[in-house]
Amino acid sequence: MKSMLTAFSKALCKLTGRNVVSFHCGAIVSSRTFADFTPKASFDIKKCIVHRLEEGPSEQVELTREDGLHYYRTMQTVRRMELKADQLYKQKIIRGFCHLYDGQEACAMGIEAAINPTDHVITAYRSHGYTYIRGVSVQKVLAELTGRKGGVAKGKGGSMHMYAPNFYGGNGIVGAQVPLGAGIALACKYQGNNQLCVALYGDGAANQGQIFETFNMAALWKLPCIFVCENNMYGMGTSVERSSASTDYFRRGDFIPGLRVDGMDLLCVREATRFAADHCRSGKGPIIMELQTYRYHGHSMSDPGVSYRSREEIQDVRSKSDPITMLKDRMLGAKMATMEEFKAIDAEIRKEVDEAALFATSDPEPPLDDLCNHIFHNDAPLEVRGVNPWTKLKSVS
Amino acid sequence: MASLRCALRAGRNAVTVVVRREFHRSAPASVQVTVRDALNQAMDEELERDERVFLLGEEVAQYDGAYKVSRGLWKKYGDQRIIDTPITEMGFTGIAVGAAMAGLRPICEFMTFNFSMQAIDQVINSAAKTNYMSAGLQSVPIVFRGPNGASAGVAAQHSQCFAAWYGHCPGLKVVSPWSAEDARGLLKAAIRDDNPVVFLENELMYGVPFEMSEESQSKDFTIPFGKAKIERQGSHVTLVAHSRYVSHCLDAAAVLAKEGVECEVVNLRSIRPLDVECIEASVMKTNHLVTVEGGWPQFGVGAEICARIMEGPAFNYLDAPVTRVTGVDIPMPYAKILEDNSLPQIKDIIFSIKKTLNI
Repeated sequence: MKSMLTAFSKALCKLTGRNVVSFHCGAIVSSRTFADFTPKASFDIKKCIVHRLEEGPSEQVELTREDGLHYYRTMQTVRRMELKADQLYKQKIIRGFCHLYDGQEACAMGIEAAINPTDHVITAYRSHGYTYIRGVSVQKVLAELTGRKGGVAKGKGGSMHMYAPNFYGGNGIVGAQVPLGAGIALACKYQGNNQLCVALYGDGAANQGQIFETFNMAALWKLPCIFVCENNMYGMGTSVERSSASTDYFRRGDFIPGLRVDGMDLLCVREATRFAADHCRSGKGPIIMELQTYRYHGHSMSDPGVSYRSREEIQDVRSKSDPITMLKDRMLGAKMATMEEFKAIDAEIRKEVDEAALFATSDPEPPLDDLCNHIFHNDAPLEVRGVNPWTKLKSVS
Repeated sequence: MASLRCALRAGRNAVTVVVRREFHRSAPASVQVTVRDALNQAMDEELERDERVFLLGEEVAQYDGAYKVSRGLWKKYGDQRIIDTPITEMGFTGIAVGAAMAGLRPICEFMTFNFSMQAIDQVINSAAKTNYMSAGLQSVPIVFRGPNGASAGVAAQHSQCFAAWYGHCPGLKVVSPWSAEDARGLLKAAIRDDNPVVFLENELMYGVPFEMSEESQSKDFTIPFGKAKIERQGSHVTLVAHSRYVSHCLDAAAVLAKEGVECEVVNLRSIRPLDVECIEASVMKTNHLVTVEGGWPQFGVGAEICARIMEGPAFNYLDAPVTRVTGVDIPMPYAKILEDNSLPQIKDIIFSIKKTLNI
């Protein structure tokens, strides 16, 4: 029985795991057989409000057990990774900027579930979740936050500057990532590879002029770009009502079709992204998705997050709309998995995150002779002036 | 350099390639090519060589380029590779940088570098810094090009020199060609470079023809960055300039030669990296240094050269402090007499040289 379960769980890993996501797939601790679980179930999801579209995404979706467990594991890993970052920041082991994603996990997971690994994603500074989901291990994310040489950017980038294949960060300047995303989409169209780019921004960035400039060119040139506004209702300390003359972010693209999506519901996000991806890949040009979501933390670790919103509001969202709980309850209700399974997954994740944190706190900082490296790509070594004229440092690509 | 034609301050329209036999010093297979045509040919050849290269900017396609630098390219390469953009610098510059991140090799044209200020965040924060921030994971092979500095009568908002602004930033390579050979070799090198390059042209130089050697006409002719060129040998004073002011320095040198003062004229070609060794070697020979630029004096190219000379071996060879000849520290006025007196003229250069030499 145990070896059958082990074999099954290995198969599950192969089915769901991408070779870049390094999650630990242990044996399923359960005395029930495979036949006891509902392998696939249908769920009703909230209808999306549409803009300039004849129809929207389907309101009934299917979820398989394997997918559900994968989504749960991934979202829970992001959650725990962010909470660990919170802890490390308060211990002053992480410095500078740290913008946490807990509460918004369904957005990143739902999008990834609907696109291909060969598609492209670019986001702003609340990027740790996307970094992990696009293939960077928890260890490399945390070690980058703690500024160690084992970090994904060797400690050179920090919280807002983490990259992976087909993931372009992590961008610190509000709104700048949106034209970049359209440029990536232009490259997809130029190369004729049927790929698309998901370019994310927040409600705070949604009023940036460069975003409207981008909308114009993306529509004009029919770029395969999904613009995603993660509307978590607050741009730093400013609520959407105080920043935006129109809070219908899905309509702000005017001539670009749009969808308003429940961003706390993973299945909603996935279905909407599938719809949006089809739209782009069929050559119709860009589309906008507004994901209505929520962040539990303040804007960053310097912001307690309770001066502009009430603790009751935060608690309310946590208890009624938490994305991970929502998924878990659905699966339990449809008998797709057991509490023990979820607890076992939680335990594995806790272990993974703890080990990653241990690495991130014990790995050495980058060596000083790395200081000037990577200024240029594919270039001959050059001399760099140090702090005084006698200090001549070396830079290699 | 007698064979050089310098139609200064004229901005005359392009004289297309004229093959001419010269009986004095030049090689038999050299031709006269304007800076404009050199840029055009360089882009044409690089577009043909690598299909990832494309050009975008305002009026670059169907209008043949605001200054006709991209003439004929749209007709030859089509909509996908020569792209007319709306007047939205921040947006299209970001798009160009994103395309470079995703594997293409864009040439992003600014109609003038004054408009690049609207997009400067994309140039610096998205392009220049990314390879470093990502520890080499994400490169940005892009060229930002367009006319820089003063033109003629275009007044304050359209006349700024950005050499010092872009030259300040690590992660960028910044070049400023003077001659047609410079334009061709540096642009090819820029397009082939895997890093962000700011390519500062000069509108008044577009129509100026220069002789180009056979070697410089080859399809693989590139000029390395960070290497200045001595355009004229001399022993009494070193003149250092970039872009249009190289012409002014050569003219000043020609006048002073009649008085027995031999000026060495250094054409910087590269603002970042700066070829300090070349300047130092020259100063160690002449013992006097005068820098000439169109940009403002404060924190400018000349200021940087002064600082670098002081920090190196050439300082001990100076017989006089370095002199900077620069644009006047004012926004550019419109009236011709005012404009003419806002920028270094040949007489100003001669005056400064004589003061430096104490003659």
